[in-house]
Amino acid sequence: MEAIKFVENDLSQINQYPEFKSGDTITVYYKIKEGNKERTQFFQGVVLQRRNSGANETFTIRKMSGGIGVERVFPFASPFIEKIEVNKHGNVRRARIFYLRERTGKSARIREKKMVKK
Amino acid sequence: MPGLIGKKLGMTSVYSAEGKNIPCTIIEAGPCVVTQVKKVDTDGYEAVQIAYGERKEKNTPKALQGHFKKSGTTPKRKVVEVDGLQDSKVGDQVTVDMFIEGEWVDVVGTSKGKGFQGVVKRHGFAGVGDATHGQHNRLRAPGSLGAGSTPSRVMKGMKMAGRMGGKRVKQVNLEVVKVYNDKNLIVLKGSIPGPKGSYVVIEK
Repeated sequence: MEAIKFVENDLSQINQYPEFKSGDTITVYYKIKEGNKERTQFFQGVVLQRRNSGANETFTIRKMSGGIGVERVFPFASPFIEKIEVNKHGNVRRARIFYLRERTGKSARIREKKMVKK
Repeated sequence: MPGLIGKKLGMTSVYSAEGKNIPCTIIEAGPCVVTQVKKVDTDGYEAVQIAYGERKEKNTPKALQGHFKKSGTTPKRKVVEVDGLQDSKVGDQVTVDMFIEGEWVDVVGTSKGKGFQGVVKRHGFAGVGDATHGQHNRLRAPGSLGAGSTPSRVMKGMKMAGRMGGKRVKQVNLEVVKVYNDKNLIVLKGSIPGPKGSYVVIEK
């Protein structure tokens, strides 16, 4: 286990992103290649889950695009992610909020977490 | 082929310079001890016996205890014959620095045991196509075993259900992604046979 962590730390780039968990609304800015050109696109939505750990960790974001739900999975170690912005901290009770998939409109809302200032 | 004994530690993934995700297996390889050098005039063929993996003395047969004592080392768990290391002497250490990043290696291991399995899983049979149209309880059946009165027997080697896995498997042409000489680790691209913690032989 230690050896695997050592290899992961050595061979994967460790990106520092702000902390977020399921229920949060985030914006991911990622680079896409078109031929030789590279440009940045963003994807904003609710985090459904974070899964795996270490170099294999990924997160799933869901957004509604023209009435159709769109989900994207991003690996944390991906070199294409430019930055991540946390827009809202959601107040949810579980780590994987797949129940959101069956809901639309008012029932798909997530209460915002009131952050206590220290 | 020169080889080295190692222990499968697990898998991870790494991003290449182009941003591609490479699945990688991490193996703790060596250091192995040369326990015997076989020569044509004494043994009839040329080979080098290497050993790896600590073993308690009380769990080692007396005959093997003597064998390891002769080469001046502690009892080892896995003993393998390789060739291509003819200039080494008994007691020498073989380490992972024999591998270079970017070269291709083969890995021999024992695959995970799957128990008694049917023909669909074991041999990739398609099974019977339909679940409806009067079909009943023959979905994963093997079908015919052969013709009737000629030859009036089942041919040898007919693929049938049985024990699957737990066999010696060689995975060929794996790229060496990285070698850590100080930590005795080697990182290969792709998967290798066997569960985590099992002994494997890496061949050049």
